[in-house]
Amino acid sequence: MQMSVAVNIVNICKSYGDVEALKDITLNINEGEIFGFIGPDGSGKTSLFRILTSLIIPTSGVATVGGYDVVADYKQIRKTTGYMPGRFSLYLDLTVEENLNFYARIFNTSIEENYDLIKDIYVQIEPFKKRLAGDLSGGMKQKLALSCALIHSPRLIILDEPTTGVDAVSRMEFWELLKKMQLRGITIVVSTPYMDEAALCDHVALMQNGKLLAVDKPDNIVNKYKGNLFAVSTNNMHKLLTDLNNLKNTSQIFRFGETIHITSTITDDQLYSNEVYKHLEDAGYQNIGITRIKPVIEDCFLALMDKNVMS
Amino acid sequence: MENRENIIQVTNLVKKFGNFTANDNLTFNVYKGEIFGFLGANGAGKTTAIKILCGLSSPTSGKAIVAGYDVKKYPNKVKENIGYMSQKFSLYNDMTVKENFRFYGGIYGLSGKEIKEKTDFFLQKLNMENTRDVVLSEIPLGWKQKLAFSVSIIHDPKVVFLDEPTGGVDPITRRQFWEMIYENADKGTTVFVTTHYMDEAEYCDRVSIMSEGKIEALDTPSKLKINYGVKTMNDVFIKIAR
Repeated sequence: MQMSVAVNIVNICKSYGDVEALKDITLNINEGEIFGFIGPDGSGKTSLFRILTSLIIPTSGVATVGGYDVVADYKQIRKTTGYMPGRFSLYLDLTVEENLNFYARIFNTSIEENYDLIKDIYVQIEPFKKRLAGDLSGGMKQKLALSCALIHSPRLIILDEPTTGVDAVSRMEFWELLKKMQLRGITIVVSTPYMDEAALCDHVALMQNGKLLAVDKPDNIVNKYKGNLFAVSTNNMHKLLTDLNNLKNTSQIFRFGETIHITSTITDDQLYSNEVYKHLEDAGYQNIGITRIKPVIEDCFLALMDKNVMS
Repeated sequence: MENRENIIQVTNLVKKFGNFTANDNLTFNVYKGEIFGFLGANGAGKTTAIKILCGLSSPTSGKAIVAGYDVKKYPNKVKENIGYMSQKFSLYNDMTVKENFRFYGGIYGLSGKEIKEKTDFFLQKLNMENTRDVVLSEIPLGWKQKLAFSVSIIHDPKVVFLDEPTGGVDPITRRQFWEMIYENADKGTTVFVTTHYMDEAEYCDRVSIMSEGKIEALDTPSKLKINYGVKTMNDVFIKIAR
């Protein structure tokens, strides 16, 4: 399938003094897709987004958004791109309705003109339209910010960590809204520190310390996982991690909720699980469970991370 | 299990702001050495409850005893006997690592000698001895959070409150942080923790889930999953909070 490119990033670097926030980033984002940047704080997501929205200038490299150069054509970029910054940046002393009106007028439009576009989101906060933005709950602030980012009918929206600090239910609802936006043909570029949200994107870029660890479809990243992954559980999970550390033929050992994930470096799964079982039985564990599982994005991220340079 | 010492004892706790009931008749206990997950949707009333348990806000009615002291009668005694860290407020960015230890140790009334010993102990443990004189703003977030946790327990509190301690932290550091939690819980420190990462809910001994001011569920993660007939804590949370 031939897709047209919405965002083209070539060899982008950004330094602040001695600090290299972005190190040679090259990637494309297709029109109409949800593209996720996944990475912890300090991985460079915000710097990249500020370059794409023409708010800062790259140290080197070029990038276009909707065919417009992020430096030369900054006025066009701002007309055609919506941006929801990570920090809530609407006016706390204006009401919900006043904020939205303000943003609409800056872009020479009105709420009425583009109401259809924001309807799905705005109906949820409309009952509070006379309330000051500063008095809204976190989830409602987020919906107002998204409405404001959409009010000028952008072709593409860039959302910087919209779900950080947001509970699991509100996160799910927010992603449902993004899917609706996508159905309207809007390209969505979103960043998140939550690895489980990667599966909701069409393509993802895993980032750490200003570098790309991987760029691909979530399924492809998972399929490229090296080694066979197992989930282990026993009667004592506190102590288990330490006792797994000296296992043979094992490359990665990480807690994962109610189990510990370990990666076998040999191909024979039966032989490996027998070895693990015996090791744990000898150490006095009971209720030992060893299951071969499919990796999730977080397994892949852990495997790809530069372990000596943590954020 | 029945004989375990209670470090937190909450009975019919109510907190109202005008007509709004933020905490609606909460009753629960937290044991010594327990890792207690305190979950809930945004706006469910978690922060209000934590403020009361830390002696920063007084309940409208009901009772809470923390580390042996009634929060209403002896809020300052409560503060002396607890530790607190959050993602938003923890250490001072314009002081060095050493100065942060010194400052918090001083607030909790530790002697100069004790502060020095504790500082050495924690920095050695974190393998961060070379950061002693580094200004905090130059330290990566994940390390900062591990330091903040160490500082919050510098005075050996009976219970430490961790409010979203791992938000935005990389997946490896997030796991190292939980190893620190386990280690201290195993030593007898009670850990009261909030998080939006549902895998971390699995790491808790027991989890409570708040919705609209009430505790809707409180049990071990495995029992909660059985009771709600689902496979993950994420699904338990969604069933309760939605």
